Amino acid sequence: MNPVIEFDSVTITYSGASAPTLADVSLTIDEGELVLVVGETGSGKSTFLRAINGLVPHFTGGTVHGRVRVAGRDTSTHHPRDLADVVGVVPQDPMSSFVTDTVEEELAYGMECLGITPSTMRRRVEETLDLLGLADVRDRALLSLSGGQRQRVAIGAVLTSHPRVLVLDEPTSALDPGAAEEVLATLQRLVHDLGITVVLAEHRLERVLEYADRVIFVPGGAQPLVVGSPGTVMATSPVAPPVVRLGRLAEWDPLPLSVRDARRQAGDLRARLHAQPVRAQDIAIRRPPVVAVDRTQASYGAVHALRGVTLDVAPGEIVALMGRNGAGKSTLLSTLVGLRRPNAGTVRIDGVDPATLTGPRLIGRVGLVPQDSSDLLSRDTVAAECADADRDADVDPGSAARLLHRLAPEIPLDAHPRDLSEGQRLVLALAVILVSTPAVILLDEPTRGLDYPTKDRLSQLLRDLAESGHAIVVATHDVELAAETATRVVVLADGEVVADGPTADVVVGSPLFAPQVAKVLVGPDFDDVPLTVTAVRTALAVTG
Amino acid sequence: MTTLDVSRASDETGSKPPRVRLPRLLHPGAWWLWAAGLAVAASRTTNPLLLLLIVAVAAYVVAARRSPSPWARSFSVFLKLGLIIIVIRVLFQAIVSAPIGTTVVVTLPALTLPELFAGVRLGGAVTLESLVAALYDGMRLATIIICVGAANSLASPARLLKAVPSALYEFGLSVVVAVTFAPQLVADLDRIRTARRLRGRTVGGVRGTAAVALPVLEGALERSVMLAAAMDSRGYGRQATRSPLLRRATAAALLSALVLVIIGTYALLDASAPAALGLPMLAIGLALSVVGFALAGRRSVRTRYRPDPWGWAEWGVTTCGAITASAVVWLSITGARGLIAPVDPIGWPAVPALAVAAILVSALPAFIAPPPPGRAP
Repeated sequence: MNPVIEFDSVTITYSGASAPTLADVSLTIDEGELVLVVGETGSGKSTFLRAINGLVPHFTGGTVHGRVRVAGRDTSTHHPRDLADVVGVVPQDPMSSFVTDTVEEELAYGMECLGITPSTMRRRVEETLDLLGLADVRDRALLSLSGGQRQRVAIGAVLTSHPRVLVLDEPTSALDPGAAEEVLATLQRLVHDLGITVVLAEHRLERVLEYADRVIFVPGGAQPLVVGSPGTVMATSPVAPPVVRLGRLAEWDPLPLSVRDARRQAGDLRARLHAQPVRAQDIAIRRPPVVAVDRTQASYGAVHALRGVTLDVAPGEIVALMGRNGAGKSTLLSTLVGLRRPNAGTVRIDGVDPATLTGPRLIGRVGLVPQDSSDLLSRDTVAAECADADRDADVDPGSAARLLHRLAPEIPLDAHPRDLSEGQRLVLALAVILVSTPAVILLDEPTRGLDYPTKDRLSQLLRDLAESGHAIVVATHDVELAAETATRVVVLADGEVVADGPTADVVVGSPLFAPQVAKVLVGPDFDDVPLTVTAVRTALAVTG
Repeated sequence: MTTLDVSRASDETGSKPPRVRLPRLLHPGAWWLWAAGLAVAASRTTNPLLLLLIVAVAAYVVAARRSPSPWARSFSVFLKLGLIIIVIRVLFQAIVSAPIGTTVVVTLPALTLPELFAGVRLGGAVTLESLVAALYDGMRLATIIICVGAANSLASPARLLKAVPSALYEFGLSVVVAVTFAPQLVADLDRIRTARRLRGRTVGGVRGTAAVALPVLEGALERSVMLAAAMDSRGYGRQATRSPLLRRATAAALLSALVLVIIGTYALLDASAPAALGLPMLAIGLALSVVGFALAGRRSVRTRYRPDPWGWAEWGVTTCGAITASAVVWLSITGARGLIAPVDPIGWPAVPALAVAAILVSALPAFIAPPPPGRAP
């Protein structure tokens, strides 16, 4: 095999940082491999990816010791633009990388920069449109595309330059399960049919692990990288998808990486779990609902985002709102917080129409953490942000800081919110919202960009909040989060509720929404399956 | 599709294939040159009939040959803009300017201004003659704007920018990027106002607006950095190696072109300078600038994806505009009657046959230009 990427004792230190981000990395990646880079947030995954095409150090600054060679070219003497014909980089947010405004021009842009002849460009654009299934939208404006289409355009835009290496940073993090599968299938096709080397970073391992040839685990703190086959790396990695954790729990050998592998070994476990009911029967004391949505309709211009949605949420419930991108999840959340007045129907929070409320009276009833939690934060230190939150909520000074300390004691008060990790920022935004003790807490896509340990902490936090009487609504694509926390799942499609019921009833048996553990364990006469590794562990502890 | 069928049919019958014009978009430069010709013609006349004819010709061509893109629907906006211009021009004439003629329509209460503003009049008698003159003048300005609108809906400025020579490519790119950034700024503004409401703060008012400005700018800056990284990774700014000789030649050509153009323009505008000096210098200067741009363009390795071709149709459309412009300008220089409508005393505007014919030539692009794709030919 030909090595196409070579790292030769590479140490990367950003200017101003006391310790290197990556230390003494030596590895080679062969032609035609699909390599998955995993690690916790802030561990240096993105730095590793950006070193491949020379963005580190040419664009970000910092010092690089050692040598990175791509297709024989040394990145210390080659700028990213000089590597554009061998490395294609797809950044996390495809929209931020688009230079032109229509699909066809975007596909041609990279080739124009490389000076490829017009006839070749024309042929490659047509080929790429077909390869990625974009021919129907070739004339469309990029702004009008769906998330999955945008991601495929971003991939196509670098593919047309015929790079030997494709580098992707969390290509599926913003996508619903269906669109994510569409993108991953495309990547696999590129590896299989065209022999392209793919290096991708991803947090949601349950989506990608089975496609990887090798896994690079970046432990963070400049510790040595762990490189190996998916099976060996996953045996010890702290970031692991549910199916791997289930395998470790049941001590399966070899460790399963996909649902299919796991099902072959699951017969024994299934029999043990079958013996007794897993789920505690709901002894639901229905409390009066605090959120009451009645036949609500909402539209943007000609788009009817909500077509008569009815939904009640009681204190202590955690409702997961699922459905593909554009199904109306975010619109429903914004009507709940009064940002959007419904065209028809009523929305009541605690008996009051939220659209009539402002200031402390609003945030004392309902709080929303938006998709990008940093939107909520505007000050330059955590302490100032907390003080602002006290003032906004009209509570004793210091309340927010005390609350934050309880949620996440490790967050330093003098840090800039921008310098916090994704998960820490989310907790800070939650603390800012929670200080006014709203009866209803809404979260829009909270697990985007979160690693497994942070996600576990978030799940615990949400369960505690529900326990203490908050009603929680979470809009999410993350089936594992829903399985872990939600008491109820509501599925929206085209602005209508298509399913509403206890989590297990809705997700088990659904090909898209079922969590991995349920997919592994479900059988013809066994539908009372546990949904999470924790549930399996508890059940096994009971059986002994 | 239709072309395929036609060629197969002709093969079978063995007869000469019928001429089928493939639908395509005309080169944007051709439309802008054609519209410029119409605008020049409009600037030389105040005859309302001729001006209306020019608007009708522009509207006819737009209706026949605009593309189905949303951009192309902007023509009606320009028509409304023209109407507003006329109304404003007439109102100003009634209130501010000195009247001509004697037919008083109405007398507004006059305001006597201090000595300092002698010559400026507010209110007073409004004459029919001055209103009509203002109407004609407003119509002329409105017609020129409508000609721009016609070009705009036949070929969007974004497409025109793509056709600029590669030396000006950077300029064109920055305009395109700025245009795509605008909607994202609006989205940012919306998001941050939402976030303020979520924290229970005021959204409107001076303080609310000031508080969102900083985060919006921060977001824009961050996005520009990300875009720059993305463009760099995709090969933006790769340069061909060139000899120092070529580099110096480029600089010399561009610099001397600039000097010659400035001197030439000055000599042309200043009546006291010899005209023999002005024109040749301007011509040499322009020629040198073309050479300079061509040399500078060789620096970048860029190629262009599906450039708009310049074919017979483009020549035809441009020629039509040129005929209209030069004929009307020639009529106006030679003092032909009918281009200037009589306002004092008011009389019916004449219909000068030559000028009408010249303007009608510009309606021909509705047939010369190929039909745009996506519309029935």
